Amino acid sequence: MQLTQQQQAMLDGAQGKALAKVMKTLVMYGETFGATRMVPVTSDYGHLVTSFGLGVLKPVYALLDEIIADGVVAKQQFSVDPRPLQKGVPVTLLQSLVFRLMYSKQTEYEARLQKLGLMGDDAFTCACYQPETGNTPQQGQVLSWAESSAVVYANSVLGARCNRNSGIIDIFGSIAGFVPEFGLLTDEGRRATWVVELKTTKLPPAQVLGSAIGMKVLEEVPYIRGLDAYLGNELTPAVQDYLKDMGAATASNGAVGLYHVQGLTPEAVQQGDALLAPQTNTYVIDDAELQRVMDSYPCIWKEADAEPKMCFIGCPHLSLSQLQSWTTRLERALQQQGREKVAIPTVLTAAPAVVKEFEQTPDAARLQATGAVLASICPLMYMNNPLCGKLPIITNSNKLRTYTSARYATDERILAAITQGGVLQ
Amino acid sequence: MKVFKGRPVVPGTAQAAALVSNAGFNTLASFQKSLMFGDKKSTCSDQNNTELYQQPMAGKALCMPQTIGSTTGGMVLYCAVEMGQSPACLLFSKPIDSLAAAGAILAGVWSDIPMPTVDSLGDDFLQYVKSGMPVAVAPDGTVTVG
Repeated sequence: MQLTQQQQAMLDGAQGKALAKVMKTLVMYGETFGATRMVPVTSDYGHLVTSFGLGVLKPVYALLDEIIADGVVAKQQFSVDPRPLQKGVPVTLLQSLVFRLMYSKQTEYEARLQKLGLMGDDAFTCACYQPETGNTPQQGQVLSWAESSAVVYANSVLGARCNRNSGIIDIFGSIAGFVPEFGLLTDEGRRATWVVELKTTKLPPAQVLGSAIGMKVLEEVPYIRGLDAYLGNELTPAVQDYLKDMGAATASNGAVGLYHVQGLTPEAVQQGDALLAPQTNTYVIDDAELQRVMDSYPCIWKEADAEPKMCFIGCPHLSLSQLQSWTTRLERALQQQGREKVAIPTVLTAAPAVVKEFEQTPDAARLQATGAVLASICPLMYMNNPLCGKLPIITNSNKLRTYTSARYATDERILAAITQGGVLQ
Repeated sequence: MKVFKGRPVVPGTAQAAALVSNAGFNTLASFQKSLMFGDKKSTCSDQNNTELYQQPMAGKALCMPQTIGSTTGGMVLYCAVEMGQSPACLLFSKPIDSLAAAGAILAGVWSDIPMPTVDSLGDDFLQYVKSGMPVAVAPDGTVTVG
């Protein structure tokens, strides 16, 4: 890799040992993928995936302490994934005790983030790109982000350029101010090697379509044909929400960092079929294929037909329009059932800034009246508590299903389960 | 016995029994329970990986096409190394992905504990190697199976 004089000096230790190790990591990382140079990070803000002060992450804390002790701060502020805990989210006394033990380093970890350049107290969300949080990159900007659902959204829906960086690599790019140029930062790396032909009879559930695509193409770039027939050719808030949820599933069920949707996402609109690589594979998705994918999800509950005890909606975090939509749907479904409150504890999650905005609207009181809880935690971190993980918990998130024992169901089935109670139909 | 030649991403030597995932290896889903609860065997907790689920991963020659899943993956691998719960080596049939590379390189730069990593071993490698087979890794990326 060819480095500038400034970059070489940094690597040689001119700005301290810690920064030299940061630089060495970035150089090795880039050279592994054939990068020949570093390029400046041009977004306003970074985004980090590691938001949780787990007691066992001592190696990460030691690494950050080494950096902070050398007087190093990030060259750009950053947002970070959701906090693990929040008052109001249903927990038993015993679960609460376990949470306190598990996330015993939360306060100290957040202090480290503040020293390094945290945007603010509302900057804890996996959906940092939503306007309320204010970390929304523009097309063509180079990012040093992690968080798989945020990276795939920024690349695909916003047209920004970011590799699927790991935690720690994310902050290293923000500290150095540049990242190695390879993969999704290059025109070549953004070309599609898979064509996905959508031949379903109706708009598929976003989280199932994303799951199918992710499992098939793994880390390659898919070009999706046929989805614009259902979503149209405009990135409306509802379409952005669909793509957010679909993308999160492609990234967690596979390793997709970028997808193109014919006639809809920015680069597909601008370049069309020119985005296709010379050699592509084809994956046809019809109703039967979606059913096959859904049937393949294992249920690892102790009793497969147990009645759900809790429900999470919002992984990745819900948008303002999704909160409004869920409020209306919950109200209607409860009315149809002749109920006033949800049948099982139900937690909807959204970014702190989105929750603040939502609370300014009459919908907040309507949602509260249903008995559902609105929070800004990460459901995955909640499920990591072994006492919570043993519970039969349902979710409309394919990401949460992938990483925990939570059972996935479509929005319609989730709505029925939380307003009627009983076993999942 | 069969010999395969790959690219050493993090050079080193290792000898261990193979543990094979023919599907993409989901690092977070596989390690999160063992790291959280100090399971020194690193029992795989990824319910979607039928080959590895509930198999011990620590000290094994972990053979896979690539890693998938959360972008905490590299950090998780780094922590596994520092906490003495990592595989003995990582062996990829395909070119390494960015998350696994980050984990291997972070361990190489910031840790004293080695986790040799070799990629681009080819599809033949993954077709040949079976869980339990003895594997030897050389610094130049030569991997001997059997």
